[in-house]
Amino acid sequence: MTSAALPVWMVTSYLAGALAACLFPRGRLARWLTATGAVIGGASALALAGAELMRSSLGGGQEAFHIVDPLSAVFLAVVGAIAIPAALYGVGYTRAWEGRRSLRMPGAMLNLFLLSMSLVTLADGIFWFVFFWEGMAISSYLLVMTEADEPGTVRAGNWYLGMTQFGLGFILAAFFLLLPPDGSGDFTALAMHAQTLSPGLRSLVFILALIGFGSKAGLVPLHVWLPSAHPAAPSHVSALMSGVMIKLGVYGVLLFGLRLLGGGPAWWGGLVLVLGAVSALLGVLYALMEHDLKRLLAYHSIENIGIIFIGVGAGMMFLGYGLPALAVLGFVGGLYHTINHACFKGLLFLGAGSVLHATGTRNMEEMGGLIKRMPRTSLFFLVGAAAISALPPLNGFVSEWVVFQALLGGSAIPQREVAVLMPIAVAMLALASGLAAACFVKAFGITFLGIARSHEAREAHEAPVTMQVAMGALALGCVALGAVASAMVPALGRVVAGLAGMPPAPATAVGWSLGLRLSAPGAVGQISSLGILLGLVLLLAAIPVALWLFRASRALRVSDTWGCGRIAQTPRMQYTATAFAEPLRRIFAALYRPTEDVSIDFHPESRYFVQSIAYHARIVPWFERYLYDPVIDRVTAWAGGVRAIQSGSLHAYLTYLVAALVILLGLLLLWGG
Amino acid sequence: MGLFSKIFRTGIVSEAIPSGDPDIVHLVREVDARSRRLLGRALGIREVDAGSCNGCEIEISGLMSPVYDSERFGFHFVASPRHADLLLVTGPVTRNMEVPLRKTYEATPAPKLVVAVGDCAHTCGVFKGSYAVAGSVDQIIPVDVFVDGCPPEPADILRGILTALGRSPRA
Amino acid sequence: MPSPAGYAVAIAQAALALLLAPGLVGLIRLFKARLQNRRGAPVWQPYLELRKLFAKEVVVSTNASWLFRAAPFVVFTSTVAVAFLVPVLAVPSPFDAVGDLLVVVYLLLLGTFFLALAGLDPGSAFGGMGSSREMTVAALSEPTVALAIFALALGAGSTNLGQIVARTMADPASAVSPGYLLAFGALFVVTLAENGRLPVDNPATHLELTMIHEAMILEYSGRYLALIEWAAWLKVLLFFSLLGNLFVPWGVATALTPASLGWAFATLIAKLAVLGVVLAVFETRVAKLRLFRVPELLAVSFVLAVLAITVSFLVR
Repeated sequence: MTSAALPVWMVTSYLAGALAACLFPRGRLARWLTATGAVIGGASALALAGAELMRSSLGGGQEAFHIVDPLSAVFLAVVGAIAIPAALYGVGYTRAWEGRRSLRMPGAMLNLFLLSMSLVTLADGIFWFVFFWEGMAISSYLLVMTEADEPGTVRAGNWYLGMTQFGLGFILAAFFLLLPPDGSGDFTALAMHAQTLSPGLRSLVFILALIGFGSKAGLVPLHVWLPSAHPAAPSHVSALMSGVMIKLGVYGVLLFGLRLLGGGPAWWGGLVLVLGAVSALLGVLYALMEHDLKRLLAYHSIENIGIIFIGVGAGMMFLGYGLPALAVLGFVGGLYHTINHACFKGLLFLGAGSVLHATGTRNMEEMGGLIKRMPRTSLFFLVGAAAISALPPLNGFVSEWVVFQALLGGSAIPQREVAVLMPIAVAMLALASGLAAACFVKAFGITFLGIARSHEAREAHEAPVTMQVAMGALALGCVALGAVASAMVPALGRVVAGLAGMPPAPATAVGWSLGLRLSAPGAVGQISSLGILLGLVLLLAAIPVALWLFRASRALRVSDTWGCGRIAQTPRMQYTATAFAEPLRRIFAALYRPTEDVSIDFHPESRYFVQSIAYHARIVPWFERYLYDPVIDRVTAWAGGVRAIQSGSLHAYLTYLVAALVILLGLLLLWGG
Repeated sequence: MGLFSKIFRTGIVSEAIPSGDPDIVHLVREVDARSRRLLGRALGIREVDAGSCNGCEIEISGLMSPVYDSERFGFHFVASPRHADLLLVTGPVTRNMEVPLRKTYEATPAPKLVVAVGDCAHTCGVFKGSYAVAGSVDQIIPVDVFVDGCPPEPADILRGILTALGRSPRA
Repeated sequence: MPSPAGYAVAIAQAALALLLAPGLVGLIRLFKARLQNRRGAPVWQPYLELRKLFAKEVVVSTNASWLFRAAPFVVFTSTVAVAFLVPVLAVPSPFDAVGDLLVVVYLLLLGTFFLALAGLDPGSAFGGMGSSREMTVAALSEPTVALAIFALALGAGSTNLGQIVARTMADPASAVSPGYLLAFGALFVVTLAENGRLPVDNPATHLELTMIHEAMILEYSGRYLALIEWAAWLKVLLFFSLLGNLFVPWGVATALTPASLGWAFATLIAKLAVLGVVLAVFETRVAKLRLFRVPELLAVSFVLAVLAITVSFLVR
């Protein structure tokens, strides 16, 4: 199969999958056909991207289908790679819908969603980019609305649709400002025209693009739709949305910042860096307070997008100050984290979906003890949790390490008061990653460990084989992506090389341990993730051997949990998720403004006996209450006012038509002259 | 810094354990040599109050004081029976504390020792025959050493523990 | 390509750290006992405790899963792995290429992560409380550690441990620069927080409501407890080695000759003893802080680290 055939395979199999879903809305065959279409499409996309990346790094070879540049190939690879496990997972997951829901819409939209995302990365002109962008938005909206009978889904879907159109408006504005006079929408033409624009106009374009794509990525303060839309979707779709779709927001910012505008003043990077750091911290702080497993994961997506933008922002700042070697580090860190996040976030959402599938609830407070009922799911979720907490030697740690190294190079920035932004970003990144570890101890510990807190958790069953295989593949991916850091970083460096005049990554593989050595002025770092992995495995294996050699006792007895000799041990005596996060809720009370309500029902006979105690804890959702609600109220009021023109009278409408025509003609005369 | 000048002026106040009355400490059964060797120099003690009046507890708390200094023998008090090697039980075992005492014994990993402190632990003391008492400690869990007294002195309690370990009281 | 002798020294220094750790804790306990006017246990008491624990039976809860049994091994492994990376005796170590200061910090976080999970596994209230508090303290000390690393790396041009040590040895004046001193102060507070020493946590307490580290390990016994305790003691030694060898690196061997290694060993013992005595005196003087006052202490250390960075920036 030549690489020219791959795009055809990709498009055909996605369309075939969508068609199969329309023709066979029910039954096992339908589920498998839909998934096969998506899997083959994903594999083709991955192969295509891989071929392009190898061609760009090894040089030469045929330029098959006109793939835009290696940067697009990276994002296409992400789409394809996560599509495969998600689609496979869908086979087992949608079995639960048999008899309740038709597979027609979800199956078709899944394939069309994947197709749109793949073609967005391949688009090299405004029309096709926006066409597939909208296609992606609409297909994902329809996917979110799959379970419209669940409470809150409709509202989440409407929010989501509103935000996508809001973002689209800004993206279109940015594109149109870049449009050359001859009207050609080709990206190369746009890039050339961008060179001729004034700095003020270029900055305006960047800001518009940042708002538009930032709202897709989930950058604070445009993140509000994410925690409601992602959990509302079916789990494999959540994995795709969180793992892949929001990355296309990153792609958009990189497209505008690097390819179309060719770099810009350092304050662009500073803005992105600040927004990224704030998103990282706020994302994780709100995640800590969640006890809905999928909402928690959605907030963590905001956090990780923040980390990606910290890397990208640092890169853009270094570009602005004429430090291309350091800029490469920033971008490579951002791109590496993009790939890693897609892997472990996809894994975590699939895991959460398995838990939802088994227990019927997303509420952590009703789970517990699932590690014994769902051993493989919990193992895979643990790998994902360790990866997102940036624990060595997994992939999350390695990409954060690269971002740290990029920030450490910030001392090379000549302006002191700007350079000090870097250590602040370092501190915020470190705090965010520490809090993420705390949050995932909570998420994994309360959900999987301890004793079951509800009947559903006690009766939970392991996920079907297809779901397990999908999760296992992603878990392996997390380990592998971390271990091959010494190959990934140089490869990603070659991807950004040439964009905005950056050299290939100053990183080399070193020595027997395949260490990765970064050398840029002010940031020399060396690490061997494979070495760490091997070292940990060897040491872990050595301990039982040492214990046996020194003849340690091997006696083991099973007994009750020590509860101070208390007679009964009930699940209610364990820590809850709310209790686990309570110290942090108090410490960050200035942000959360928590309020608590305790109402006690006393026994009618005596105030010394308590019948029940109800505890309500609430935090203030700042963005929703003070930013979005006023805007929505105003827009709704305004829309209500505008509704007055819908009088229902045909005469009025005809008058409007004529008036509009007259005004337009008048404007044309004024400006055409 | 007045604290440190006071510390230096006071000096080490730990005293040697006097030989004491041999009738106070009763060794019920000889602990096997392996356990004695294993636990002899590093012992974790978990104190269990099975309904005592706290008179024995006050004496036990004297064990950790500078004068009696149980730590110099290698003993330290632990927070959980899982960390413990020896249970120091006081009180006539009340009905409410019978099951917790059994659970504590079960929660302690082998090899383990039990030293019952006080007249109440040995014979239920003044509470013998009460409706609230389930029985003396050896009727609930196996005991290795009894230390009589109401309450026994910290030196006697130390001697009791050392006897269980087969060690002489000379520091 | 590092020589076999280099590897041998690196492995020997990790083994040395592992062997010395109980002695260091024994010394701290002995000194605290003397400051309490008691005789106290001999310095080798922790070794006797370890020997006893390895021979004891393990009691496991019915609610516990495989994670409870695996966690001690993961904690021990990650801490011993750090022992290979921290410059205890000699620089440059061949393992310098494997991990730098950031790897050290996150490997320790790996151990904390699994220990916190193990606290939640048996389903007891104490374990949950310990896990919650431990993760809070660990998360809040992360920014201080990162900034202290940044301050050190600024001067050395790298987060590489060998390079930081070499740079301080080459430029002795930097060791007393305000940036370094402030970073030392910040890291000292983090040492107290991460190792569960007063005023953050009392290692000798029996009151569950005052526990942080101890609460998570209440369910452990026998060899599992031995591994966890030994890892905790090793962590103290490694933090002391970092404080000693990064900020006062003289004595660290740069050549792999018996004489310089012997001298490195002697200075290591001296630095550990000094820091141990300082810790014992400090713990005698201060009282434990309420849990919700601990963030204030960590905020103080964060401010110290921020000042360290700012001063380093201004001075350059």
